[in-house]
Amino acid sequence: MKAKLFDYIDRDNFIFNLSGLTKLLCFIFMTFAVMFSYDIRYILFVMALSAVIFKASGLGFKQVKIMAVYVVIFLLLNFILTFLFAPVYGTEIYGTRHEIFRFTDFYVITQEQLLYQVTKSIKYASVVPLGMIFLLTTNPSEFAASLNRVGISYKAAYALSLTLRYFPDMIRNYQDIAVAQQSRGLDLSKKEKLGIRVKNTMNICIPLIFSTLDRIELISNAMDLRGFGKHKKRTWYVARPLRKGDWGALCFGALILAGSLCLSFFVNGSRFWNPFV
Amino acid sequence: MEEGDRKGAVIEFEDFSFQYFSQAEPTLHGINLKIYAGEKVLVVGPSGSGKSTIGHCLNGLIPFSYHGKTGGSLKICGKETKDMNIFELSKRVGTVLQDADGQFIGLTVGEDIAFALENDRTGQEEMKETVQRVADMVDMGQLLKSSPFELSGGQKQRVAFAGVLVDDVDILLFDEPLANLDPATGKTAIDLIDKVWREYHKTVVIIEHRLEDVLYRDVDRIILVNDGRIVADMTPDEMMAADILGKYGIREPLYVTALKYAGVKVEAAHRAGRLITLDIPAVQDAVLKWHREREEKEAQQERPVILAAEHLNFRYTKKRKILQDISFEIREGEMVSIVGTNGAGKSTLAKVICGFVNEDGGKLLLGGEDMKGRTIKERSKTISYVMQNPNQMICKPMIFDEVALGLRLNGAAEEEITERVEHALKICGLSPFKKWPISALSYGQKKRVTIASMLAMNPKILILDEPTAGQDYHHYTEIMEFLKSLNEAGVTILMITHDMHLMLEYTSHAIVISGGKKIGDASAVEILTNEEIAEQANLKVTSLYELAKLTGIEDAQGFVQKFIDYERRNMRA
Repeated sequence: MKAKLFDYIDRDNFIFNLSGLTKLLCFIFMTFAVMFSYDIRYILFVMALSAVIFKASGLGFKQVKIMAVYVVIFLLLNFILTFLFAPVYGTEIYGTRHEIFRFTDFYVITQEQLLYQVTKSIKYASVVPLGMIFLLTTNPSEFAASLNRVGISYKAAYALSLTLRYFPDMIRNYQDIAVAQQSRGLDLSKKEKLGIRVKNTMNICIPLIFSTLDRIELISNAMDLRGFGKHKKRTWYVARPLRKGDWGALCFGALILAGSLCLSFFVNGSRFWNPFV
Repeated sequence: MEEGDRKGAVIEFEDFSFQYFSQAEPTLHGINLKIYAGEKVLVVGPSGSGKSTIGHCLNGLIPFSYHGKTGGSLKICGKETKDMNIFELSKRVGTVLQDADGQFIGLTVGEDIAFALENDRTGQEEMKETVQRVADMVDMGQLLKSSPFELSGGQKQRVAFAGVLVDDVDILLFDEPLANLDPATGKTAIDLIDKVWREYHKTVVIIEHRLEDVLYRDVDRIILVNDGRIVADMTPDEMMAADILGKYGIREPLYVTALKYAGVKVEAAHRAGRLITLDIPAVQDAVLKWHREREEKEAQQERPVILAAEHLNFRYTKKRKILQDISFEIREGEMVSIVGTNGAGKSTLAKVICGFVNEDGGKLLLGGEDMKGRTIKERSKTISYVMQNPNQMICKPMIFDEVALGLRLNGAAEEEITERVEHALKICGLSPFKKWPISALSYGQKKRVTIASMLAMNPKILILDEPTAGQDYHHYTEIMEFLKSLNEAGVTILMITHDMHLMLEYTSHAIVISGGKKIGDASAVEILTNEEIAEQANLKVTSLYELAKLTGIEDAQGFVQKFIDYERRNMRA
């Protein structure tokens, strides 16, 4: 079922048991580490690490399959477009030029360009699993609690967590409406022309919007009635105090970031690792 | 609580009126009502009578969320509500809303119960303690980690109940607590409300139109609201004797109706408010006499089978079997109710019939032909499905276009469309609204629009999911009489329902599903007088049956049948 896409399913392991705040901070640390550095060795190291974490969290590939497909498509597109618009950007960065193949005077494949583009792709590819681990192993309410703790207003945090929560509901609702409309003769299959299919999909969206609005009115009334928004601050039932594991994970995340920075400043002397000189 | 305390009014309406900004007329006029500490009060009234508006005034949604003009005074615990905000009020009045699903805010039971505490900045340890204590009060203490998907409707309602109990409010307000519950779960809900009322000395206000079900437990007073005014304020016993419920579109308990048919002039002294308190010896002779004088009805002739299932199986995954070995026959022109607990597989059965999902085994025969491989669209030419919530179906802004949608999608000629749509609108009593926008219609009218849009397709079989959910007696009768007239015109009707009155009064044939299996397939009267099946399927044996037993009628089932026949013949002519 598609509805499983963002469903949070509770599990009991090290990653799931970390506090949402820890996971958010670690996610930020590691993302920044990867984004800052252009050293492919280090990025590969983080990527391997995120694969290990993914494995350790007990998530199945099935849960992220659709996302993974989109990411691969995006990366391929990005790879091609980068080459089309800036085929020799790599040589500018590294200051050398090792040609491999020449299409025209403008489009030349160089070792520098290859290294640059591969590095960039791997950068994205290593951040995405981190993001997915974060999303899928964090209880939406706890996520809200974490956001609130790093200074975001609790109303905004709660709105975000409610959205995450109702997303699977909305997909279910959409499926129900879709079959009911199909039984009235609405064709959504590939037999119909694209234009008409888009129009038909609109016919499903209108009842979806209306029933969602009903739902929003109800939930906001229910929240008002139970005192949501009464005070400037609120506490969280699901908030977890930081435990040893959390501190460990935080140190680990910070270390990764520090490693990336040190490598850039002290070893490579710049954000790029240059094997060509 | 001390005796002296009980005397004080905790809710005081004085010449109170309210008008929504969006409406031309006031919804409430000159309401004068006092509710005392520790009382349990039932507010009844037809849809649009203003009973929900009274509820909104009590919990502060008016004027906090719904704006309008108020007049007169409303004091809660001695304080004008005008001078309080919704948060202050929520500390005194705890509200359990109608839709237990929609008001589930947290991700788990524990979190949802804690919601009000979180907003009050309660420390985590104290919060966990309170949540556990309150959850135990409503028997949900073991399920703190469950998510709403794992809970039944009744359990969700318990969670909602606990969510307001954490605040230790004085007044509990229940807005149609029975609306989405099956009869047996409804009974448990009323029990629970009663328990909390007795043990914790709360003041309880219940807004509900299913009178008989609420009166399953004691109620101090019934307030009857109509057209924004209070028309009666008396004890249940007096109310039954006053004989005014029917006039205002509220269904009186069936056993009271039976007493009246038997020629008993119900008096307050009969204590007819609840069947348990009813003075049986005083009414026994009349009931027995009536029973003797009625004749049995002759059997109806058999018509050809239009829809049949043979050993139908369906499952979502290997472990989750939803339907197991279901077989039944439905004859042409029948009106059938499909009943059972939530999640028993009733809706899935409807989905299999319509082809929304495909069976894993067994056969479905339509007029003797196997339906295997027929698409949704092909089936929709004979079978139409009306969802419970009309807002999930309506997708055009204008009534005419909505009803015409199916025909247009199927490429009918515009002339034919006009003719068929007008015919469908006429049958559904919507002709005067032909050119209206849908948004101007009431919920019940929208429901009829969805039925009309199905009728325009000329189906042979109409499947309806909870056709009367949330409707008061007046609208219920209107919808059901309308469906009956369709049925008499030759449409076979299948209804998924929780409503036992509906089942008893309108459907001669009932199929009972429990845990994915068929456990009963007989006349509705037989099912609702069978204690074993009723218990398994979360139904409730009808009070008529109990009345018959109490008055010593041996053939209690025959008595129920006679009641139904009598009512059909005499009351609906």
